[in-house]
Amino acid sequence: MSRYFREWSVAGALGVLLIVLAIFAPAFFQAQPLLSLAAAEAPTLVIACGMALVIICREIDISVGSQFSVCGVCAGLLAAHHAPTAVALAAAIGTGACLGAINGALVAGLRLPSIVVTLATMMTWREGLNWWRQGEFVYLPEHLQWFGLSQSAGQWTLIAAAGLLLVALALALRHLTAGRFLYAVGTDMEAARLAGVSPQRVKFTTFVTMGALTGLAAMMNVVQSPQVDPKSGTGLELKTIAAVVVGGVSISGGRGSLWGAFVGLLLLACISPALTHLHIEAYWEKAIQGAIILLAVVADGVRTRRKKS
Amino acid sequence: MSPPPLLELRGLLKSYGGVRALRGVDFDLRAGEVHALLGENGAGKSTLIKVVTGAHQPDGGTVSIDGQPVTGLTPASARKLGVACIYQQPALFPDLTVAENIALRLEPTSGFRRVAWAARRTRAQQLLDRIGAEISPEAEIRTLAMPQQQLVEIACAVGAGARIVIMDEPTASLTQKEQHLLFAVVHDLRAHGVGVIYISHRLEEIFGLADRVTVLRDGQSISTQAVAAIDEARLIQLMVGREVTQIYPPSESAPGEVVLSLSHLGASATPTRVRDITFDVRAGEVFGLAGLVGAGRTDLARVLFGLVPADSGEIRLQGQPVHLKSPQDAVAHGIACVPEDRRRHGVVLEMPVAHNMSMAIHSRLFPGSWLRLGAERRLALDFIRDLSVKCHGPEAPAGSLSGGNQQKVSLARWLATKPKVLILDEPTQGVDVGAKSEIHRIVRRLAKAGLAVVLISSDLPEVLGMSDRIGVMCSGALTAILPGDADAATVMAAALGKGSKGKAA
Repeated sequence: MSRYFREWSVAGALGVLLIVLAIFAPAFFQAQPLLSLAAAEAPTLVIACGMALVIICREIDISVGSQFSVCGVCAGLLAAHHAPTAVALAAAIGTGACLGAINGALVAGLRLPSIVVTLATMMTWREGLNWWRQGEFVYLPEHLQWFGLSQSAGQWTLIAAAGLLLVALALALRHLTAGRFLYAVGTDMEAARLAGVSPQRVKFTTFVTMGALTGLAAMMNVVQSPQVDPKSGTGLELKTIAAVVVGGVSISGGRGSLWGAFVGLLLLACISPALTHLHIEAYWEKAIQGAIILLAVVADGVRTRRKKS
Repeated sequence: MSPPPLLELRGLLKSYGGVRALRGVDFDLRAGEVHALLGENGAGKSTLIKVVTGAHQPDGGTVSIDGQPVTGLTPASARKLGVACIYQQPALFPDLTVAENIALRLEPTSGFRRVAWAARRTRAQQLLDRIGAEISPEAEIRTLAMPQQQLVEIACAVGAGARIVIMDEPTASLTQKEQHLLFAVVHDLRAHGVGVIYISHRLEEIFGLADRVTVLRDGQSISTQAVAAIDEARLIQLMVGREVTQIYPPSESAPGEVVLSLSHLGASATPTRVRDITFDVRAGEVFGLAGLVGAGRTDLARVLFGLVPADSGEIRLQGQPVHLKSPQDAVAHGIACVPEDRRRHGVVLEMPVAHNMSMAIHSRLFPGSWLRLGAERRLALDFIRDLSVKCHGPEAPAGSLSGGNQQKVSLARWLATKPKVLILDEPTQGVDVGAKSEIHRIVRRLAKAGLAVVLISSDLPEVLGMSDRIGVMCSGALTAILPGDADAATVMAAALGKGSKGKAA
């Protein structure tokens, strides 16, 4: 069976959904709403890529939502104080990298379980931000929105940026030794250590990368609206973990690809607008997404069990 | 007429897959006797215990308790019939108290029963008093030392009314004083008419404690003797006395200069403390390391591979003293180690053969961190040819290969580092006969090419057949260095700690 069988089967499910839509609700395929949808999901894709890296090396980061909010507010405040866009962008990425480094230091340095560490940092950053901003929005200067471009040019820029990043990371994962290390550490830490790879360094770097990507994603989100909502990142961790898992990245590490995370995200992101166009009540959205996630894990479980026996 | 023996095993057979672990074991245990069970690693002792405790079903033969044949023994029914086993590592709940642990074993289980705390405590106290253990029933298990935990296990066995008590190397982790306490308990059990099956590698314990001894070899019971009527030399002879069934490739290499030299090496951060190890290994030589499980051979290998720091003595490579702080250090100095248990750390089963083979030489094969898949493929194809690895090419996942071929992949990974010293830890464990002799030929060829090979193996014929010289370890120390043509009894005597410290041949 081909290497990307799992990814293709998710793509197949997406194809079926699109065919159903083409027959019953061709209105779904209008350019402008689809462009908006894609631009809105572009930051999520960036985070999902980072999440895939983290999960491949057998860790998890549930603090991304809070990191996203903190980075967005920091970038927004700088922009509101007349900093150039590039500075705001650098600040967002830098803040994210720092927050990621904190997670990484705790997980890799002190060898604590990442689910607990990132649960703690998730609550700390979120509540810290609440205390600092009191829930206040940051109002942004005109020139920041869409990088000062027209709306559709801005949207295309974001989509292109996310796409390029996906391709670059996927190639790096396949063609750099760092990518190989990531899979090795995720599959068997001790074997990696015996082979001269430092699992702790790999894990630390992965968390920093995750943070930097979250910062970038926060900036990509900031430029889409005239203000920054300090709660904008709520729920992002679940959304991205879901996309990654649906795309076939093994939650126990060492298996999966960024392409999988990409198609997984596409499938989940299409559900909500698809329901609208098919005149199904929006309540069903979460239930259907949940069912898809469940299906994906059950399929993986059955597959690994069959392999073992 | 004498009463029937407590436990009687006749013609017991048991196979796992294709491996015949028991091939006709006869054994009987009388009330009020301590019956020692002796045998090399893999002689079938653990399998025998598993059958008697009902953990595994025998394929053939009979088990009788009190003269009554029993079939379909399960752990629960074995317990009911009075069988109890005290393992080396007690299986207690560390966060519960002694009384609670005892109660969990002895009280009928129902989640909704009201707990009679006071009665539990009294009962635990009585049992502990009965075996003379000075342990508070209120103590949490995790606060107790290993021997005290074993005493709690014994209290459970006594409380359950066990009449057949199996002790599996109970003294392995005990100090002298604790051993005496344990022996007193064993004597007490015997006085109360309990039959004790006592498994130990320590001959002096067997002579001090047991009434009779049965020797197992290759899954068969070789002989049962009264301890009073046998001596150590005879016992060792019985343990190792087997015909050589396998032909080993002859040694053709002429040992060259000393490559690896250890003097008074010691390390305490290992499970078995490694003490005062001194030996040299020459280029082109296969240096065998023999010993029983837990003798510290793997621990020594871990020190030599930089996984555990040495805290005394010196390691020299080609005359230069080296400090090995990590596997990277060891590899940089030309030491490679093919680890024991290849399924866990030797190969990454999910990864393709080629990735596995290049894993230890990433920085050399891929300078600038860009993967050169072509070069990697060529490396893999070379090794697949040289070591005749049977697989569907470099892209096949390592998990799809047979055990012997996985071992070759693991070997290739470390040969790729171009080592001067190659440590092989149990290279043929769980490998079929054909692959085994292939691996032997490869080891010979490597030695001939000038590698210094340290071969750790629990398979005595293998060590004898493959080694130019043999170092024997016991309890973390080197007890003998013997020439390659030493006989099995001498090696076994040294492994049991009976050897006089021999000189290098």
